[in-house]
Amino acid sequence: MTQLATETVKQIPSTDSAPLLEIRNLEVGFRTQRGLVPAVRGVNLMLYPGQTLAIVGESGSGKTTTAQAIIKLLAGTGHVTGGQILFEGRDLTALTAAEMQAVRGREIGYVPQDPMSNLNPVWNIGFQVSEAIRVNSGLRGKALKQRTIEVLQDAGLADAADRLKQYPHQFSGGMRQRVLIGIGLSARPKLLIADEPTSALDVTVQRQILDHLATLTRDYGTSVLFITHDLGLAAERAEQLVVMYKGKVVESGPSQEILANPQHPYTQRLVAAAPSLASRRIQAKKNQEPAATEIFSMGGIDTALITRATERELAASGKDLISVEGISKMYRIRKSGLKYDELLAVNDVSFGVKKGTTTAIVGESGSGKSTVAKLILQLESLTSGRIDFEGRDVAGLKGRELLNFRRRVQPVFQDPYGSLDPQYNVGNTIAEPLLAHKVGTRKERQKRVLELLDQVSLPAATQFRYPSELSGGQRQRIAIARALALKPDVLVLDEAVSALDVLVQGQILNLLTELQTELGLTYLFITHDLAVVRLVADNVCVMQKGRIVEAASTDDVFDNPRELYTQELLGAIPGGDFEFGR
Amino acid sequence: MPNKNPGVQPHFVAALEDTPLVAIDRLDETAKARSTWADAWEAMRRRPTFWISSGLILLIVLVALFPTWFASVSPTQCQLSDSNGVPQSGHPLGFTFQGCDVYARIIFGTSASVTVGILAAVIVTLFGLIVGALAGYYGGFLDGVVSRIGDIFFAVPTVLGAIVLLSVLPDRTPVVIALVISIFAWPQVARIMRGAVLTARNSDYVVASVALGVSKFKILVRHVMPNAIAPVIVIATVSLGTFIVAEATLSFLGIGLGPGTMSWGRDIGEAQTSIRTSPQVLLYPSIALSLTVLAFLMLGDVLRDALDPQTRARR
Repeated sequence: MTQLATETVKQIPSTDSAPLLEIRNLEVGFRTQRGLVPAVRGVNLMLYPGQTLAIVGESGSGKTTTAQAIIKLLAGTGHVTGGQILFEGRDLTALTAAEMQAVRGREIGYVPQDPMSNLNPVWNIGFQVSEAIRVNSGLRGKALKQRTIEVLQDAGLADAADRLKQYPHQFSGGMRQRVLIGIGLSARPKLLIADEPTSALDVTVQRQILDHLATLTRDYGTSVLFITHDLGLAAERAEQLVVMYKGKVVESGPSQEILANPQHPYTQRLVAAAPSLASRRIQAKKNQEPAATEIFSMGGIDTALITRATERELAASGKDLISVEGISKMYRIRKSGLKYDELLAVNDVSFGVKKGTTTAIVGESGSGKSTVAKLILQLESLTSGRIDFEGRDVAGLKGRELLNFRRRVQPVFQDPYGSLDPQYNVGNTIAEPLLAHKVGTRKERQKRVLELLDQVSLPAATQFRYPSELSGGQRQRIAIARALALKPDVLVLDEAVSALDVLVQGQILNLLTELQTELGLTYLFITHDLAVVRLVADNVCVMQKGRIVEAASTDDVFDNPRELYTQELLGAIPGGDFEFGR
Repeated sequence: MPNKNPGVQPHFVAALEDTPLVAIDRLDETAKARSTWADAWEAMRRRPTFWISSGLILLIVLVALFPTWFASVSPTQCQLSDSNGVPQSGHPLGFTFQGCDVYARIIFGTSASVTVGILAAVIVTLFGLIVGALAGYYGGFLDGVVSRIGDIFFAVPTVLGAIVLLSVLPDRTPVVIALVISIFAWPQVARIMRGAVLTARNSDYVVASVALGVSKFKILVRHVMPNAIAPVIVIATVSLGTFIVAEATLSFLGIGLGPGTMSWGRDIGEAQTSIRTSPQVLLYPSIALSLTVLAFLMLGDVLRDALDPQTRARR
């Protein structure tokens, strides 16, 4: 039924019979006002020398807590309440703080999640790396400097010698992550724990970093413990997989075997929801042999999405609802005195969106995709070019006309934690656009709120709740309901599902396509995630450095990418070729 | 059978009963809805400090409003024969240099001190709140002008500025004192409000409201101000205590409340003359002053803990 992508992972035969790391019945709890809340409940796992193991799970599953327990860096009130963590036979839970310090860095390296906040902005890079080396090796003076340069060069910063005096803000995200990996590996530890090491980075950078990490660990024989939410990454980079759910291990073993043939219902769910480049290939298969439909309708969201996509293709009219012609946006960045630097965030971009379809704008950070969204939403002014909505130029709309435009084109933003006012309950939040546009009486607005909550599949009681009590996915539903309140024609979804767990993401994507069919909505989908694009978009514009480098239908872009950049982007998706068992 | 290649681990699947699946992203419908303020109230309610300080403040306000409930002796009928007299029945704290009842003077002096404190706090908060919000929200030229004016007043120490101003004002009622203190104290609140508004102004929910078509001023009133007000409430409570001290300081120096008004500051100032012979005359009004200030500082502390999102997150 499935084919293993064996060429992507090198099986390293282990000669050592004893595991490097063995976790037995680990239990971790957090002390709160309501007593001890368990976060990890009896986790067992084993990692042999030279092996790579990935722990996957959604947020709150206890995967990061498990990793932090290993190096005794549990946040706040967390405590190991039971079990053992054996590292080369030594129980780490029994070590004192001083003994643990000797293990940390020297024997177990750690690469933290966020490269933006884990380097100290007031010290230069050279100091921060040499500090780590000095503590773990005792090197001083010239030898220390020499080793610092070596470590950074090993981590992939070729011009390390010239960069020692630079500060973190002068480094890009990828470069900072390399520095952190360099620090993590500087003492040649036996085990490297990498907590979502690349989730904040663009896919092409992620690929470079992961390749580099693989080379380094192979050269030194280091074992790696990955914490990730990305099943594709786990399939491609790890031999062993541990799936965690609600603080427990639900499935573990060889990663490709598990992902190709998941046994536990939770793993099945997770695998089914994982967006992958293989997704639409299922459609191609389905169209050829209709008899095979049943197999695929069992798991996953693909089939439903595909049917809807076909319906949209048939229904799409010939005229563009939104047409963007040669738009540019120039930002002036203030330098010292009266001088300005000019930054062309969007450079001569043109595309059209047909009514009732989904157009995705894909690009890495800094490609200008979000600026395009802001320009279309009239949140930023155009430097040049023209945006037509239903054949009318929308630039420079004022007063009533702008209000009418806003009524028909609504945004949904990325951050479900920031886009809802914490002081407003859900009912008032959803009713706000109605109030702002003076729609209906109080009673009618109330009725509409309930209707909208129902449309986004939330119970009516939600209207009295506050954003802080809701999960990310629930908040995103509220944001969608608010956007839908005025019955708009277009939704501009700026990274609207990027911050969500894969299962919740699948749910929201499903909801969005459902609403699209039901209400005849047009979507402009801004994202960095190509796998998601494959699931929902009809047309794709690939952006790079402010320009559209390729624009075509989704199938064309994914099956025959013409531009080198698009090919690179597609190639960089971890586990892109891996066929998950569905 | 021994495992031949230990590097390859067996495929383990947990029993479903161990971790039953829960519906994805289900909403807990039984939970009670809680706003930020309800949350803060919930947090404060559990703190003994909150009850002690608010109980004390309630008592002080009652004393200020109805002094006759607490003292039967008149504070102004003094007999020089009682000068610096020791406590006796009906006069639990003894007598001042002028032969007045110390206890009665403290009770009747509360009104002036508390009035000045509350009035100054209200004026400072309202003025600072509006000025700070407008400066932070609209920015640009307005912000520049308001912030520089604030800096000028901020640079003058409150008491020093008040001494200069009060020395030329003929009528020194509690209202005048409160106004004079406010003139030099508003920039602090304005600055805090401006900072909080700047943070709230750049949040995603404000951008969302703009895109929804809500007008700029309505966004300020409906979204920005409510989210920026918490630190101002805290600072207002804390500074209420310091304003009472400022009044006492001015009255102690003889340029605070006029001769007709009773206040703790004046009493402390007058007790100076007899500090060697009868220190208790100085001690009791000082204790009253300290307790009042302490009550407001404690309440401010509890409020900060309850309203500050960082300490909230840690709970």
